[in-house]
Amino acid sequence: MQTKPSSRLAMRGVHKRFGATQALKQVSFHVGPGEVHTLIGENGAGKSTLMKILSGVHAPDGGEILLEGQPFRPENPEHARRAGIAMIYQELNLAPDLSVMENITLGREPSRWGWRQIRHQASQARDALECLDHGDLPLDQPVGELSIAQQQIVEIARALLGHPKVLIMDEPTSSLTRVDVENLFAVINRLRTTGVSVVYISHFLEECQQISDRYTVLRDGESVGSGDMKGADLQHIIRMMVGREMKDIYPARQTTLGEPIFEIENLSGQDKPLSASWKIHRGEIYGIAGLVGAGRTETLRACFGLDPIKGGELRIGTRVSTQATPRKRLAQGMGLLSENRKEEGLLLNRDLADNLTLTHFKPFTKAGFISRGKQLDSAQHWIEKLHVKARGATQHVGELSGGNQQKIAIARLLHHQADILLLDEPTRGIDIGSKSQIYQLVAELAQQGKAIVFVSSYLPELLGVCDTIGVMSRGQIRACRPASQWTETELIEVAVGQDQAHDGAKEGPQVPDPGNTL
Amino acid sequence: MTSKTKQSFRWKDFINAFGPLFGLLLVVGLFSLSADLRPVFFTGGNAKMILTQTAIVATGALGMTLVIVSGGIDLSAGSVVALSSVVAATLLIQEVPPAGVILLTILAGGFIGAINGTIVAGFRMVPFIVTLGMMGIARGVAKWLANNQTVNPSENPLNRIMEPVQPLNFWPLPIGVWITIILAVLMTFVMRYAVFGRHLFAIGSNEDTARLCGVRVRSTKIMIYTIAGFFFGLAGLLQYSRLTQGDPTVAIGLELEIIAAVVIGGASLNGGSGSIMGTMLGALIMGVLKSGSSQMNWPTYMQEIIIGIVIILAVGLDKWRQSKQQTR
Repeated sequence: MQTKPSSRLAMRGVHKRFGATQALKQVSFHVGPGEVHTLIGENGAGKSTLMKILSGVHAPDGGEILLEGQPFRPENPEHARRAGIAMIYQELNLAPDLSVMENITLGREPSRWGWRQIRHQASQARDALECLDHGDLPLDQPVGELSIAQQQIVEIARALLGHPKVLIMDEPTSSLTRVDVENLFAVINRLRTTGVSVVYISHFLEECQQISDRYTVLRDGESVGSGDMKGADLQHIIRMMVGREMKDIYPARQTTLGEPIFEIENLSGQDKPLSASWKIHRGEIYGIAGLVGAGRTETLRACFGLDPIKGGELRIGTRVSTQATPRKRLAQGMGLLSENRKEEGLLLNRDLADNLTLTHFKPFTKAGFISRGKQLDSAQHWIEKLHVKARGATQHVGELSGGNQQKIAIARLLHHQADILLLDEPTRGIDIGSKSQIYQLVAELAQQGKAIVFVSSYLPELLGVCDTIGVMSRGQIRACRPASQWTETELIEVAVGQDQAHDGAKEGPQVPDPGNTL
Repeated sequence: MTSKTKQSFRWKDFINAFGPLFGLLLVVGLFSLSADLRPVFFTGGNAKMILTQTAIVATGALGMTLVIVSGGIDLSAGSVVALSSVVAATLLIQEVPPAGVILLTILAGGFIGAINGTIVAGFRMVPFIVTLGMMGIARGVAKWLANNQTVNPSENPLNRIMEPVQPLNFWPLPIGVWITIILAVLMTFVMRYAVFGRHLFAIGSNEDTARLCGVRVRSTKIMIYTIAGFFFGLAGLLQYSRLTQGDPTVAIGLELEIIAAVVIGGASLNGGSGSIMGTMLGALIMGVLKSGSSQMNWPTYMQEIIIGIVIILAVGLDKWRQSKQQTR
């Protein structure tokens, strides 16, 4: 595979390190004019770092980027944009109060002496929209009132205004309905005929196959293969995505299942999940696999009473208890470990003792006053039990490493004596040693007869730790089997599966949260 | 879905444009229920009094609208008004010609605004804190400059800016009222048709997007606070003219009245929405309420309670409108 001289954009041996993490090791790929090139990879394979380098958010540590044969090193997003790299992020970047026209021309309004020339502005916006075959969008409507698909068209139109050479699209279909996806593909095909190169990033392999000319697979920060999409073997691509070895950091365990303790049936929430069901027994570790955005976190949040439950049933033991607040769930012996440790899970500027005991002050409270001594004793107990590396119970949680922070967050559930533990990405962003300790701990807890829901994007740990694994895709649990009957490849197949396609995706317009108006 | 979108779009536009106007009509209507009040309230002279009294808040609110639409806040407005009234009086005592006094007073306000803007944009500090600090600083400087007492220049042309020449007739309106009206029209155009105006909305609506699209967020913000400062300086000049003296203890809490006018006028403190027209109506609603309640011989505490209720109602309406949009 050679870099053609006609290549529009080429990357060779690009690498990038963030502190201790090597986000990109060796990335090479090239895109020709009018080519749609898909980047494929698991969560955390380095796709987003790659895009951020291309769009000037991060600078690469080394390697070469060529734009139309010239060395290219964008210093900031504006620079990259001027050079002809346009980026469409997964989350839409629009000013909801401004009109369609104003959003499309934002930052480059045609003007004379500071006054905008509305006729020019309108015709530019209109041209860009017509180029996308969406000339019918009302120019003066605030974009906050449009549907997501329409908002996306506005974003693409804005990108087109600068006559980009390369358009990068990050997961553009993740919140679109099937029909909207077809429309988007029609738009991409139109762009292709005008010679724009498109770098397309998606988890949905069938979609990629439908729209792209070529692909490159990223795994653990390396480009491990590329080729023509036409006639490519999806199985082969999936094997390239996964291709790592299991390490024996997982505990050997003997599972003895007790009575069912936590059951949900066709549970549906505000937006996700659409319909989730499981039956979890005492002593069971139930893993949930799936892509980012599949609805795993939302399911846990709904179970814990953080998000409203719209339908279905939830049983704890034999009691039906569908609607609840987090306070009630805690009282019922349920605990949630947030995926967002720093923002949601912990009070970073409070000490270990407060964080550990926050949900359960009772053992050391008398007449509403907390005995600090007893609280510290209790905290010290857990710090030793979980081998937390800290100066003591009065140290601030924010000063600990990620792994130790996570142990504190888990210790809170233990201190609370929760019977049902919902763990959302419990090993995200922590080192391998802490990971192994957490696996061990989870196994012990199951041994004690607790029921554990283990959400993870890292398949080997699901296979290594869980008894049962359900795969979530587009808001539903698609398949559930004992862990021993799954392989990584099969898990990915179901997770990226298009079997029931997009019919579950969100419909209708998205309105930004008005928040507090004071 | 398109037709549905269209429909509620118009409904929202309708409330946006006419909400404050209905508010004003409602307030006027309620006062007109009183038979005692009617003959005094609906006279040209009274209308002129209301406009004259509203001019200072309205001028300040013009500047505050820019700040609030961009997602910021300026708590130093009241202190800056006091400071510039002292600056004007002091300059007049120094026998600076009136044109020079006008220019320098407005520049003094703009200078304070520029400092606010530079700190807010340059150090990415929260506007609430920065301008809270500036509120104290400007008030202190005003007292210092005035030697802790009022500054009383001799008779001069600036004293007539806010003078109601014939108090019983509507015409002629004081120059100060005209200035406010003309500036309101000018700012309406700036907000709508100047690139600066649209960037203002963009920053308030989604600052990250604005930056991503190449809007010069930092310099635009500095400009916003500076222009707001010019307006507060001008309001200080009007304040001077109304009292014909510079008073460092005047306009305490005026910033809250100004913010209330902007918010009653339909702006969101989250930024991204608001209009000059709404703000002017908001200022008028408060002016009419004040004038009406004092003519009803209601005690001032009654006025304060009523205005408080109006603010909450206005914002409640805004919230309700947004939730309407969401459930659509």
